[in-house]
Amino acid sequence: MEGEITDQPLVRIDRISKHFGEGEARVDALRDVSLDVHARQVVALLGPSGSGKTTLLNVIGCILDPSSGAMDLVGDRVIEDGRWLRSDLRRLRLEKIGFIFQFHNLIPFLDATDNVSLVLELAGSSPAEARGRASELLDYLDVGHRAGAMPAKLSGGEAQRVAIARALSNRPRIILADEPTAALDSKRAQIVMDLLRKVAAEQDAAIIAVTHDEKIFDRFDRIYHLRDGRLEA
Amino acid sequence: MNLAYRDIRHNLFRFVLTCLGLGLLLGVVLAMIGIYRGLIVDALTIARAPSVDLWVVEANTRGPFAEASRIPGDLREAVARIAGVSSAGSITYQTVEAEYRNAKLRLYVIGYELTRPGAPPEIWRGRPIARSHYEIVADRSTGLNLGDRIRLGRNNFTVVGLTRDQVNSGGDPAVYITLADAQRLQFDLAPPAARIAMARGTGGASRDTVNAIVARLQPNASVDVAAATIHRWKHLSAISQEAQELILTRSLVDRARRQIGLFTTLLLIVSAVIIALIIYTMTMEKLKQIATLKLIGAPDRAIIGMIVQQSLALGLIGFAIGATLIINVKDYFPRRVVLEPDNVLILGLIVFVVCLVSSGLGVRAALKVDPATALGG
Ligand SMILES: Nc1ncnc2c1ncn2[C@@H]1O[C@H](COP(=O)(O)OP(=O)(O)O)[C@@H](O)[C@H]1O
Ligand SMILES: [Mg+2]
Repeated sequence: MEGEITDQPLVRIDRISKHFGEGEARVDALRDVSLDVHARQVVALLGPSGSGKTTLLNVIGCILDPSSGAMDLVGDRVIEDGRWLRSDLRRLRLEKIGFIFQFHNLIPFLDATDNVSLVLELAGSSPAEARGRASELLDYLDVGHRAGAMPAKLSGGEAQRVAIARALSNRPRIILADEPTAALDSKRAQIVMDLLRKVAAEQDAAIIAVTHDEKIFDRFDRIYHLRDGRLEA
Repeated sequence: MNLAYRDIRHNLFRFVLTCLGLGLLLGVVLAMIGIYRGLIVDALTIARAPSVDLWVVEANTRGPFAEASRIPGDLREAVARIAGVSSAGSITYQTVEAEYRNAKLRLYVIGYELTRPGAPPEIWRGRPIARSHYEIVADRSTGLNLGDRIRLGRNNFTVVGLTRDQVNSGGDPAVYITLADAQRLQFDLAPPAARIAMARGTGGASRDTVNAIVARLQPNASVDVAAATIHRWKHLSAISQEAQELILTRSLVDRARRQIGLFTTLLLIVSAVIIALIIYTMTMEKLKQIATLKLIGAPDRAIIGMIVQQSLALGLIGFAIGATLIINVKDYFPRRVVLEPDNVLILGLIVFVVCLVSSGLGVRAALKVDPATALGG
């Protein structure tokens, strides 16, 4: 079944626009942006500050309403004429999308394992199952030895890898990352990017990352530039 | 996994400290409620002690507690003969300062007739008065012990029995002596001029003056009928037990009662505001984490559950600490602190509701927070 849809993009954006405010205060953050991202693709969004990168990521992540346009995620139409077709956006996120943040945003009162297994429990796994898969993932990301550590006790690289484990826990097909390596040194940044490439390949996922980080440009399949809300390949 | 519990465990020290603080506050609220209840119970104690149905006092007074009342003691015979009355006894009440162990001791001296109504309701230690002179039954809050001797007026009295919780509306401990001894004491302590008049039997004053005659009725007799009979005697009034208790709570300790009642209400409001603030800040501090939870797909029910459970835990533990504290120290208060289970329960309920309402405020803020704020660094 997966084979059939590999040529169908996991993320398809069709002339999405988004403006904030009206009249003189109107800011056009996205103007007619169209974009397809396929499975196993790792793409970068580049652009100066204020160009609309975060806005685009938020629309794809189903946390921001676009003003107009359409969007398909994993083959399902979710936005039509700027309106959501589904009301359970949180469920959609839980099942299809993994987020990786610039700052790891781990829940400070849960240890590494629980930060990961929380997402699994929310999706309906039993606590035992969730913990099992969480420690598998932490091992996969080379942070298994920190499984019981609280986020405050983790180094930046470790925390980011735990956060990636969390993003991957529900086997999402779409992974969104906002400056995932900005808080890491270049060696760690390379490791994280290699990891994301591995995940894209092994889990048949699409990865969209906002980045400024020139050191890792060579790790992307495609690089899109945003300028004043317009997308240029 | 239980998010509320995990968060509490992670910040355990702070949570415990908050609970302790809240516990102390709720302890104070409970103490005030207990003091309020205690004041009312104390005010009624002396009026309930003889367990009678009718108080015969001086005409047009609301004696013997709220107003001074002086009537001839020998009227008890006439009162006892009224249809429906089963027994009647003369009683005196006076406040006396005595010396005990080199300190002044304020006593509320009750004089009663050994074979008639008016005796202390219950002897806790020792025995009731058996001889007609110089024996005393004292409340244990006087600090007196069995066998102690204490000087009242010109005579020494021996403590033969002890009671519990017998105090007047001002909190002075009660002691019981025989009516004869009490009248002698009244005479000894009166100003010299009055004493001379009393000794002569002139000026309307006689040695056989009492403050009230208390009467018990036969089981089916009507208080109103007996009272009406007494009212026909021009110089006397009759007050039912019920009316007497009303006088005590409504007029004698009314100001004190309202004062403490108002303060208790204020304290309750302050506590409610403090609980609400604590819970609200607890949630506000977690807004970023709540945004993250929303972003990764946690349903509202998980987030609401976390906030509500935490605030209920806080309220419950704080309340338990406060209640335990006050139950353990209430007997060391100088006046009675009465905590009935229903008072405690009602406060518990109020705390529960306040916690729910204030977690509602937190929940509102949490539901409004935009998941996108988790992304913004
Ligand atoms: N919530 C908002 N309200 C108003 N304007 C916004 C909001 N979010 C973003 N913008 C504006 O939209 C434009 C694009 O923002 P953003 O997507 O955050 O850019 P980038 O991530 O590329 O720096 C900016 O001009 C920004 O000021
Ligand atoms: Mg941005």
